[in-house]
Amino acid sequence: MSEVQAPAIVVENLRITLRNTDIDIVDDVSFEIAPGEVLGLVGESGSGKTTAGLALLGHCRRGVEIAGGSVRVGETDVLALDTLARRRLRGGIVSYVPQDPAASLNPALRIGTQLRETLEVHNYGADDEARRERLAEMMREVLLPDDPAYLRRYPHELSGGQQQRVGLAMAFACRPRVIVLDEPTTGLDVTTQAHVLNSVRDLTELHRAAALYVSHDLAVVATLATRVAVMYAGRVVELGPSQELFETPSHPYTRRLIGAIPHISGKRQLAGIPGRAPSPGNRPKGCFFAPRCSWKIDQCTVELPPLRSVSNGHLARCIRAEEVRAEAGLPSGETLPADAVSVEDAVLSLRSVHSAYGGHTVVHDINFDLAPHECLALVGESGSGKTTLARSIGGLHRERRGEILLNGEPLAASSRGRSREARRMIQYIFQNPYGSLNPRRTIGQIVRQPVELFGTGSDREADKLVGEMLERVSLTAAYAERYPDQLSGGERQRVAIARALICEPAVLVCDEVTSALDVSVQAAIVDLLAELQRDLGLSMLFVTHNLPLVRSIAQRVAVMNHGRIVEMGTVDSVLLNPADDYTKALLADTPSLEAATT
Amino acid sequence: MTLVADTPLTPEPEAVGPSPPTGRLLRSALGLWRTRIGITLAGAMIAVALFGPYVAPHGPSDFVGAPNSSSVGTFGTDHLGQDVLSRFLAGGRSILAISAAATLIGLVLGSIVGLVSAYARNLLDDGLMRLMDVILAFPQIMLALVALVTLGPKTWLIIVAVGGTTMPRVARVIRGAAQPIVERDFVAAADALGVPRWRILLGEVLPNVLSPLMVECSLRLTYSIGLVATLGFFGFTPNPGGADWGLMIFENRLALTVQPWGVVLPVIAIALITLGTGLLGDGVARAAAGIDRGRATE
Amino acid sequence: MGGVTGFIIRRLLLGLAVLLLVSVIVFAATQALGDPARAILGRTATPTSLDALRKQLNLDQPVVQQYWNWLTGLVHGDFGTSLANQQPVSTYLKPRVENSAFLVLLAGGISIPISIAIGSYAALRRDRSFDVTSSILTLALAALPEFVVGLFLVVLFSTTVFHELPAIAAPGVRPWNDLKGMILPTATLVIAVTPYVVRIMRASMIEVLESDYVEMARLKGMPERTVLVRHALPNALGPTFQVIAINLAYLAGGVIVVEYLFAYPGIGGAMFDSVNSHDLPMVQALAMLIAGLYVVLNLLADIATILVTPRLRTRL
Repeated sequence: MSEVQAPAIVVENLRITLRNTDIDIVDDVSFEIAPGEVLGLVGESGSGKTTAGLALLGHCRRGVEIAGGSVRVGETDVLALDTLARRRLRGGIVSYVPQDPAASLNPALRIGTQLRETLEVHNYGADDEARRERLAEMMREVLLPDDPAYLRRYPHELSGGQQQRVGLAMAFACRPRVIVLDEPTTGLDVTTQAHVLNSVRDLTELHRAAALYVSHDLAVVATLATRVAVMYAGRVVELGPSQELFETPSHPYTRRLIGAIPHISGKRQLAGIPGRAPSPGNRPKGCFFAPRCSWKIDQCTVELPPLRSVSNGHLARCIRAEEVRAEAGLPSGETLPADAVSVEDAVLSLRSVHSAYGGHTVVHDINFDLAPHECLALVGESGSGKTTLARSIGGLHRERRGEILLNGEPLAASSRGRSREARRMIQYIFQNPYGSLNPRRTIGQIVRQPVELFGTGSDREADKLVGEMLERVSLTAAYAERYPDQLSGGERQRVAIARALICEPAVLVCDEVTSALDVSVQAAIVDLLAELQRDLGLSMLFVTHNLPLVRSIAQRVAVMNHGRIVEMGTVDSVLLNPADDYTKALLADTPSLEAATT
Repeated sequence: MTLVADTPLTPEPEAVGPSPPTGRLLRSALGLWRTRIGITLAGAMIAVALFGPYVAPHGPSDFVGAPNSSSVGTFGTDHLGQDVLSRFLAGGRSILAISAAATLIGLVLGSIVGLVSAYARNLLDDGLMRLMDVILAFPQIMLALVALVTLGPKTWLIIVAVGGTTMPRVARVIRGAAQPIVERDFVAAADALGVPRWRILLGEVLPNVLSPLMVECSLRLTYSIGLVATLGFFGFTPNPGGADWGLMIFENRLALTVQPWGVVLPVIAIALITLGTGLLGDGVARAAAGIDRGRATE
Repeated sequence: MGGVTGFIIRRLLLGLAVLLLVSVIVFAATQALGDPARAILGRTATPTSLDALRKQLNLDQPVVQQYWNWLTGLVHGDFGTSLANQQPVSTYLKPRVENSAFLVLLAGGISIPISIAIGSYAALRRDRSFDVTSSILTLALAALPEFVVGLFLVVLFSTTVFHELPAIAAPGVRPWNDLKGMILPTATLVIAVTPYVVRIMRASMIEVLESDYVEMARLKGMPERTVLVRHALPNALGPTFQVIAINLAYLAGGVIVVEYLFAYPGIGGAMFDSVNSHDLPMVQALAMLIAGLYVVLNLLADIATILVTPRLRTRL
């Protein structure tokens, strides 16, 4: 960023509260962005990053209001504008790229109509001809076809990546000075994500737009942003040049967040952050991070520290920032040795397994063996067939051919066709812990259910077992009385793990078990699974789309593409020396903190 | 409204989400003024129906004066010279008992069909729903009329006719509510463990559709009362000559200009009780929607 | 658009299948079960007259044969001969169908635009006084049985409070020549239907107004009018069509009560009369007619929904 250039947008002391209350969601947020610069706004769910981002357009969601501060674009204070002027600003001077393009494009209107109306409403271009010209130009800028037939399509006729490109085209249509991107690549495959990120970078440079890139993904932000602001509990806790911030984080939260991210290059134990972020209205006195902070001293609980400079252009909201900054090395767990695996007496064997949906085969000819005590990672993008394969193994998908052998015994396709013993020995953990626990049952009832089916013990023994299992997954026996909606996402996933463990399984099938969770929680869950696998000698099939995560848990990895395994081997050999072109491309497109900061 | 009965009064509960525990739902519904007014109205009318016969000045079939006279008793006499007030006080029991029984049948059968249909997801689902479609193709009142004329106005027949035509309407709502639930992973988890199917339906799915079911309960009661009253208004009651609000309207309609009370009292009673159950249903629906919405933003 | 044609054909066939099932049930309920001849003539009938009637109704044939004859008659537009007045059913019903259609279309034509407007406006003014008022009013009106609403109107406008409007339709006059007599029956039906459409329209509009694409339209600076008319309304109408169709179909049921109440010369009155006089062919014809209307309206609603929902078009 150039020092002399006047910033395109200046945010000062932004305060956003629940409507008609004094409870703040976001407070004391100040930053500026220069033309052509990308500022990354990073935070976990509930940190207030999206709320802050929307305020740049003078917009709040229902039940929320902007209570103070200013957002200046040039000479105008966005927050002081009347309705009409604010409408002219939106989409014209400050534009927005939403998180979910599928939901944000109007399903009833052709994409051409939706793009054209943006130009028309802001009187962009002299006449229809000029606007048609600009429309075609926009489409080319985001690498989409510019022919009329394509513009006549409806949003549902485009892929997720194409939809997000239309979103980008719409945002850049009137050449805005400021653009707010709200997690625009969440839900996209890494390959698509890489392309969209390139477009974002090129367009901001081309149009000299100031971009605020809101994201939970540190690696993506590190790849894209020149400066980064980290949000925690509605406050910016650290702000600085991207490289410096990731190399010498000066707030304990930033350090722990970086430590929770898996890395492709070496096998490391992930360290989660214990506890959970305080919600609005329940924030503690003093530093909001203090209750979870290992640097905490008495003084931390006196008052919320101000955001202060630790070096040129690098600010942190911590009274011990200098000490935190000075700590050598990045705060991730120790490097683990890569362990060897023998596949001689396999627990689970797949022999030319095909799975289909309504006669349409989506998984082709899968063969592999899962050794005792082994964790095999199954990696692939959405639509690769990895979840279908996992569900076939778990007995949740009936349309399959070929053989799945458990200790040499063939398994029926449907779980109901399998023996009780087989149902007990293979346990499946679902992706979304918000869907896999019945909201109307207590945690105790949920964890107990398998005991009632498989067990023979008395009620008291069952209760005792439930308590032990809850403690095994780092919860307490007291959780048995609670309902799922009283638990956080991470806690729910622990309950799901406890429900699987109580069966004393031989094989654990984990289907994207961390993809619905924040990184700090993901780290803790992966750490728990790795520990359980080691201590209990479980075999595990770990299905994920997250390549770096494989490092921290698996011994072997199988890469799936279009329903086939394209490459399989030890984690080291596949991730460091990929042989298959698809694996290579996948690795190249995966954003990584190390690549971005070195 | 008996005849336009296919859509819930308040569509909000269709909003899919975890249903709150029943206790919390009821407490939250009771916090709404419309629920309280609904309970008061319905409660008052039920009290009239239950205790009315004990406080009536005359027997329901006693002749106390000239027909259609407004000077005898509090509300005058009816077309035969019976006391309007006494007949009114005696005429609520049968209509309420029949409606409640019919609603119960409709709810139980409808819930079973809806749950099985949603969980089966296959030919059974298609078959059951086509069958429901066939029943839905006739207005409730028409089926009830045909049944009563063919087999005669008997109490059990009115209950079966009203309950049987209520069933497909309940089944559609419960199936709609249960469909997203059976897709959720906790049902798959129970399937994978091999939990018996009936226990999945009762233990995993049913508790999650309780709030739409409770809304349906008061809604269908409202419509059943209306339908039973309408049948009475057409002259179909199990005990011709007996006291019944719908029948009173049928009998006294022609004298509406000279002695309106014989019509007005039962019309008001039916209006108040359907309003009451309607408000109650709306209160529960609102509470369910509010809790679901609150949870979605957590 | 080939998908749409295919879809319509599939729905049409499905509708025909439902109608076929309906015909079985109608036939079973009216003719196959019990003894229609005895039901018609009553307990005092002599065996000779019973036999004569059975012959006239072809009840001496096997049940399947009876059904087949009846069904082929239906397909050729021959509904049989009325027992009560010895006219062909179709001749007797034709003017009544026209009268009822006039009443239903009038009520639908008034209530649907009004309810879409009220529902949308209530959604826009969510939780403000207009919304609260309309919600209470629709709730109250929806809870009341039609005959209660009708009687209130009669007491209010004809017999007791004011004496402005006729309480029954003028006998022997086609309804479009007796517009004053149309007011109360139409008003009753309008009051019966409006609450439902208002409520579904409001709910559907609220959902759309909270959608990401409406927020996006606002965030790109679209004027509120454009947001509502172009972005919100088409998406909110889809689910509403289904409810409108079901309600129009139930209007056909509602007319039974309303026509009886106001002595209106339509199919509702005919239904009531023929049920009471055990006029079998008439009851069968009316039942098939009303069920057919339900199937057709549902089909129309499906097609209308498909037309406003591009996503459904490609998924077919």
